This record gives sequence, C-alpha cells and structure tokens, in this order.
Amino acid sequence: MSIAVKSLRARGAELADAQVQLRVLHDADVVALPAFARTMADHGVPSLVPTRMRVLQLNIGKMCNQSCKHCHVDAGPDRTEMMSRHLLQTCIDVARDNAFDVVDITGGAPEMHPDFRWLVTELTSTGIKVMVRCNLTIIVANPKYHDLPEFYAQHGVHVVSSLPFYEERNTDRQRGDGTFRDSIRALHMLNDVGYGIEGTGHVIDLVYNPVGALLPGPQAALEQDFKRVLRQQHGLEFNSLICITNMPISRFLDFLLSSGNYVAYMEKLVNAFNPAAALGVMCRDTISVGYDGTLYDCDFNQMLDLPVAGPSRHITQFDASALMRRHIVVDQHCYGCTAGAGSSCGGQIATE
Amino acid sequence: MANYYDPADLAKFGKIGDFQKPLADKYFAWYGEVFAEGALTQREKSLIALAVAHAIQCPYCIDAYTTDSMEKGASEAMMMEAVHVAAAIRGGASLVHATMMMNKVNETLM
Repeated sequence: MSIAVKSLRARGAELADAQVQLRVLHDADVVALPAFARTMADHGVPSLVPTRMRVLQLNIGKMCNQSCKHCHVDAGPDRTEMMSRHLLQTCIDVARDNAFDVVDITGGAPEMHPDFRWLVTELTSTGIKVMVRCNLTIIVANPKYHDLPEFYAQHGVHVVSSLPFYEERNTDRQRGDGTFRDSIRALHMLNDVGYGIEGTGHVIDLVYNPVGALLPGPQAALEQDFKRVLRQQHGLEFNSLICITNMPISRFLDFLLSSGNYVAYMEKLVNAFNPAAALGVMCRDTISVGYDGTLYDCDFNQMLDLPVAGPSRHITQFDASALMRRHIVVDQHCYGCTAGAGSSCGGQIATE
Repeated sequence: MANYYDPADLAKFGKIGDFQKPLADKYFAWYGEVFAEGALTQREKSLIALAVAHAIQCPYCIDAYTTDSMEKGASEAMMMEAVHVAAAIRGGASLVHATMMMNKVNETLM
C-alpha cells in the first residue's frame, strides 16, 4: 500500500534545502567517502569538460500531478514554480541559434505549464527535435490532457516516460496508488496513435529506475522483460527501456536516510565506480536550464543549486564558447551516474 | 564475540584472503566466473543462489542475493517461487527417505 507523499518543501523538511543535502553528502561522521573528484583522479579520469552542445534540457516547472517517493525535483501538486513565457522564448532562441540537436523538456509534469503546447509548437516549427519527459498519468489526469498523444504525434515529439516496473505493486509503491493502471491506460492511448509501433516513426521510451536502495540491473535484459510482460499481459508496445540510477538527493535521499539505507547505498555507489561510465556522463553534452533561467551542468546539479562554472550562468547571457571552456561541477551525488554500467537521462552508459 | 551473526561482516567477506590469500584469490576468481552471464542468465543464477541460500539458511547469502535478485530485475513472485523450490526440495528430501522406512518395515514384518 502506498502512502501519498508531500513535497519536502510542503512538509517543511530541512532536506528541502539544497545546502542541507550537500552537508549530509559530505558528513564524514555518517560515512567517510572519498571525494568524487579524488576518485576520478585515482582512476586516471581527467576532470570533466564538455564535448559539445547536443541537448538543451529545460526544466520548465516543479508542478506535477504526482508526488513520487524518489523525486529528485521535489515536485508535486503544491509546487508552483514555472518558467516565464519570456524565458521560454529565450530558450527557443538559444536552442535555434546554437544548433542544439534536441530540446529535452522536463519538470514536474511539463504538460501542466500553461505555455507547454506553445513551446513545443515553436520549437518543432523551427526544425528542432523535441523530447518530453512525460509521466504518463498526466494524459489521463484530466480531460484537457486526453489529446496529448495526438499532439505529440502531430509534432513528432520523442516521448520518454517513467514506468519503474512492469508490475503494479512495485510501481505504485514508488509512484502512488493507481499509478500503474493509469500508466497502462495512457500507454494504450499512445500506442493507438502509433507510439511504440514499428514503422510509424513515433518513439516512446520507458524509464526504469529501481524501486528502492538498489542499482539498476543490465538494461538489455530488463528491456526484454518489460517488452515480454507488457506485450503478453497488457498488449502494449514501446521502443527502448532506459535504466536510470536513483541519485542520493532530495526525496530519494530522504527515503535513504529515513529507511536506514543511506550508508549502504552510498558505499554501493562508490564501490561500483566505473571509469568507462564516468567518461560518458550526460553533463558533457548537455546544458540544463532551471525554471528561473539559471544554467546547470545537469538536472541533478540544478536541484542542488550548483550552477555552471564560469561567466555564462543564465540563459539570457548564454555564451556557447564560454560554456565549452568550463569545467563541469561535480560533487558526491555524481557517484550515482558513474556506478556500475553508469546512468544518464539516456540510460545505461557503458557495457557491463 | 557479542554476536554470532553481524550484517557488517558480509562486507568483510573479501578479507578471508588475509589468512590464506592464494586460495581466496582462486575462490573469488571462480565465484566471479560462476555468476557471469553464460548458458544461464545472470538473473537465473541469482535466483538459484537465493534458493540455495534459503536451503542452507545462510543469512549473509539471503541478504546478498535478495538484493542481487532485485537488481537483476526479479519480481517478488519470482523470488518467492525460488524459495518454494528450495523448500519443496528440502521437504522432499525428508519425505523421499520414507521409502527407506517403508522398506525396513516391509523387511521386518511378516
């Protein structure tokens, strides 16, 4: 049975403060871990610098119809922060002028932003590929969202959706009661307009992240399981499965601490450090933009209030050459992206 | 010895090499190969290990292979069925010996 979760902010929890989270991650009295930068150096991995500007990831707001136990954004129905129309327009201009391959729109549930459809339409009309991190349940949450699958198909949006497990019990444990059934309903609606169906060109990838203090298993094997079970039991299709490790920040950090799993999880991440995964981390070709226009190396740094290094720290002062010369900001949470086969918004990084 | 079993000892398994390194090195190399993907998948091997852990009632192994099975994508039903297999074999191992008892009875009685 899953219990509804309030955001850390709404609960008035200390951990809502990014500085408190960073203090926990550095507290040697709780567990003494080597500094991430030191581990990189010990394995001969040079400090991280950008390779190119491929993905512009926009976190357009923290409002969400769900409040998952592991949410690294601390999103939920009570969060009202949203990117202004003026800043959205600046993001569109930056994406176009700097020839980003993809604009990756996330939140919260980005579809709840009043300018969401305008943003997608503007981006795709200028030929920019758009990816939307859709939580699936938003599609069935309210009749005004029921036509989202058609809207996505019409604009050639690449949909990336969380489904933490192919079974109801474990999915609802992480994301709240009824989530699995609503997600299955939404997936049927997406399949109906061609998403996940071979030959249509409409792509939906699912995101698996462990329902607890675990590392994700091998992506290829899990993808086979998801495909088999979703096809046999629900008649559903999707394109690829993306495995993402839960970062030890925000509500997942709160879960780790309150369940007594924090020390073992951090030790597991550190012991599983993989230099090959470290070289392929997503921050090397991504710029993440916060709802207030601040620039970050990734969405996790964004949640920890760790902006990019260097002079170009806001979308209104976007300077591609300065950003290409920056050093990527790392901290103890980065062990999450370098553990085992590695983890990124695009899934597993290295072959195990 | 305050406790016979301490969860913290699981992480010290590798230290058995402190007392006899060559044998430990051979054991861990072999162990690693045993659990690599082969004719059986890594998950099948993890579920076998979980079942054996229950058969031999090793708390360290139950701890380690519950986590490992979940990380390999095993569902709760898969893990419980694996434990039932172990239990069925353990129960069967006792019951099948009833044939010895029955043989003895039949030999002894007129």
